[in-house]
Amino acid sequence: MSEPSTSRLRFALRTPVGIAASVGLAAIVVLAIVGPVLWSDDAARLDILAAAQGASRAHPLGTDALGRDIFYRVLVATRLSVTLALISACFGAAIGIPLGAIPALVGGRVGKLVTGFINLSVAFPTLLVAIFVAAVAGVGARGAVAGIGIAIAPYFARLSQTLSSSVAGSDYLAAARMLGVRRARLLRRHILPNVAEPLLITVTIAVGDSLLALAGLSFLGLGVQAPQYDWGRMLSEGLSQIYVTPVVALGPAVAITLGALSFVLFGEVLAKAAAGGGGVRWTRSDLSFVSLPPAGDGADARPVPGVLSVEGLTVSFPGGAVPVRGVTLEVAPGEIVGIVGESGSGKTLTAMAIADLLPAGGRMTANRFSLFGEDPRTLSDGQRRRLLGRSLAVVYQDPMSALNPALRVGRQLGEVAEVHDGLSKAQARQRATERLRSVRIGNAEARVRQYPHELSGGMRQRAVIAMGLMGEPKLIIADEPTTALDVTVEQQILRLLRDVTASGGASAILISHDVAVVSQLCSRVFVMYAGRIVEELDVAKLVSGPAHPYTAALVASVPTMRSDRTRPLASIPGRAPGPYDDEPGCPFAARCPRASERCRREMPPLEPHSPTHRAACWHPLDGLEDVAV
Amino acid sequence: MTTLAGSALTVRFGHGDRALTAVDRVDVDVPEGATVGLVGESGSGKSTLARALCGLVPLADGEVLIDGAPVRRQHGRAVDRHRRVQMIFQDPFSSLNPRMTVGDAIGEAVGAGKGASRRARTEAVGRYLDLVHLDVAVAGRYPSRLSGGQRQRVAIARALAARPGVLIADEITSSLDVSVQSAVLNLVRELRDELGLSLMFVSHNLATVRYVSDFLAVMYLGRIVELGPTEVVVADPRHPYTRALLAAVPSLETAAERGPADLELGDPPDPHHPPPGCHFHPRCPVGPVVVPERQICIEQDPRDGADERPHRTFCHFASASSNSAAPATPREEQVHVGCDR
Repeated sequence: MSEPSTSRLRFALRTPVGIAASVGLAAIVVLAIVGPVLWSDDAARLDILAAAQGASRAHPLGTDALGRDIFYRVLVATRLSVTLALISACFGAAIGIPLGAIPALVGGRVGKLVTGFINLSVAFPTLLVAIFVAAVAGVGARGAVAGIGIAIAPYFARLSQTLSSSVAGSDYLAAARMLGVRRARLLRRHILPNVAEPLLITVTIAVGDSLLALAGLSFLGLGVQAPQYDWGRMLSEGLSQIYVTPVVALGPAVAITLGALSFVLFGEVLAKAAAGGGGVRWTRSDLSFVSLPPAGDGADARPVPGVLSVEGLTVSFPGGAVPVRGVTLEVAPGEIVGIVGESGSGKTLTAMAIADLLPAGGRMTANRFSLFGEDPRTLSDGQRRRLLGRSLAVVYQDPMSALNPALRVGRQLGEVAEVHDGLSKAQARQRATERLRSVRIGNAEARVRQYPHELSGGMRQRAVIAMGLMGEPKLIIADEPTTALDVTVEQQILRLLRDVTASGGASAILISHDVAVVSQLCSRVFVMYAGRIVEELDVAKLVSGPAHPYTAALVASVPTMRSDRTRPLASIPGRAPGPYDDEPGCPFAARCPRASERCRREMPPLEPHSPTHRAACWHPLDGLEDVAV
Repeated sequence: MTTLAGSALTVRFGHGDRALTAVDRVDVDVPEGATVGLVGESGSGKSTLARALCGLVPLADGEVLIDGAPVRRQHGRAVDRHRRVQMIFQDPFSSLNPRMTVGDAIGEAVGAGKGASRRARTEAVGRYLDLVHLDVAVAGRYPSRLSGGQRQRVAIARALAARPGVLIADEITSSLDVSVQSAVLNLVRELRDELGLSLMFVSHNLATVRYVSDFLAVMYLGRIVELGPTEVVVADPRHPYTRALLAAVPSLETAAERGPADLELGDPPDPHHPPPGCHFHPRCPVGPVVVPERQICIEQDPRDGADERPHRTFCHFASASSNSAAPATPREEQVHVGCDR
């Protein structure tokens, strides 16, 4: 196990479930080892006078038909029950895992045949197969183990097939093959370490399942035969007395349940540790505005006319992450502004905070927040939803995630109009068709009846834009709308965005990591770095003279069709501070060639450089010197 | 110094109705010490072609030639000579084994051929890390502890440790952050010149490819439709698709006056059922959709006679530089520019 997953395992074992599972498992292991040694005699002692009795002080779980103490017998039976379960699980794994690896290793017709066989055998009910094999192999412990092993083998095969094919398709295996690494080493160093973890987890869970299945077979009389006894056999014997002394069946039943539970839970804990923490979910969270404090001292918090005006926007997450720090943005009617930044700069979260779409747990604060002349924070949930639903449209990077794959395109677009404008189904569909036509989707009447996966990538992004146009948006937020698209399609989408904003009089915020893409549409650009806006400038200034060294380096580091091919590109050493870092001073200071002592000590404010140009830098460039970093 | 060439390379996936010819009888040549840029959109087959040249996907037809001699493969494993061709992948998060330290990964590349001693291997790992400007301390770390840029450097070091003659770089910067991309590009250029490597540089980004490459190959639906010295192709594109690609490159310098290009190309066709004749004809601004008498585009494969046309262009009307988006400059001068490297 690699470093990070060991620490995750330690963490998972400290959770309540983790503690319960490990205590249970440890108890079983200890019992299996010492049980028969300590209590075999007690368990075998006949006490005819006390035969078939219920709970008593001498026999807390009662006695069987021959007067033997059930409690001791349950303890002693631990070893046999668990050993048989272990053997069957390992037997199943030993058959299933290599079988499942065959398609990835061999491929071709044999691989297909094996895949088909695995699929077919998974369809058979496990217990039925186990009973059948056990009956054929001969009644007894050996037959039961063989039966269960063979019955669970297909599940191992299926898992190992999935795992091995994913590793076989990985780039690191391709790289190793290119290096001429030998097959044995490929298996040992590249394939096994990457499939071992999930397989181990499954084996652990399978032990629990086998424990149950074995108990079932023994209960049916197909498993362990007298004079040997396991929990299943004891349960079967206890059942004949259940109406007289029900407690007799209770002991083995509890043992089976606890035993199986311990193994299965332990497997789950392992799986959780291996999978790591869950990702953040992006949802429209009604919580995100709740904690807003009153406006800052002296700041004018009243909403202003216009499309968007936000001052001192900060986004924080529990645990101390502050990915957006004091952003001030204004968007005038009909204006298209760009936000440029690298991953982690906070550009997307800024936009999502404005759209009330922060991930769960995210909190937004601002000194002033005015959207379409209202402060969304003062509105009720319903009013806010109506305001945002009708006037704000969001276009995402991946159009497939914005479209419901199970709904026809027309239905999805129509829903917006049905909910917000109260149109009938037919009217909504009519409008959807019109809007699809307005984003230049040919044959719109047929397209409304198609599902998202039937459209090409560019067409899907058009459909998402059309969905945003179903209301009458005053602001379109486009977050990397062309990053997943090809260049020829990219230009079409950018042009479309420009046309729809122009024809509807809407404003837009275009977010991108690509300065060139932003420059195609926008007049004004905000450059973000480490959660802050470091520069606000006209597009023309991006080339002719940015003031902030980061902007200059960002522009110079991207090759263009006019870059000098004989010279190396400008590059920025080091990396940006993360959302948890809270160093004083300019966040770019550590990577900046112009940084001074003051930069490391004091955060420069965003100050006007010229009427349309603001930069947060103590030592701004004046546009004349060489900007190469 | 090594040369790499592909002759009539064909790669097919699937059977029957879902069959896909990802690479369709492609001839490509990476001359000694030169860089060939391969540009195309998603689904054009550029990555498959790169993998075919490395021996990572089986060929339906054609052969890979290293130093002029065809390569044989044994059980899908590279024979020793194929180690002369190494690939750097797009995503360094998946091209490094998460269960191997950086030192082990590079060490494996050093010693995979023959049994090098442990000590020699450790020294070599340090040397290769130094070559890609990484600290030797990185050797003990797992990939999960490195940044994207650092991982890509490790991947480059691993490829170099096999002492290749040809490097194939498949979209190596597109999963990296903007400020890191240029450093990786500079590194690859520097190493290529220092070690005298031949390089095939695959990318969807024309500006990046132009910056790195001596020759430019444009791929569309499994075929290389135009190939020539970079400056010549950029200044005088002969295939209408190349022209469209060039027009689509977002440019910071001209953005203020121009805005996004007005491209009426339509959506790319289904690669499972490529159009007959010239694959580009349904989207072509000078083809039968616009000029109805040009039926030849639908009926005839433009590969016939490509050798006689400028830049080996797969376009029936490549010689007539009609409707050209390119500036009209004398051709002799451009050829001169292109050869001057």
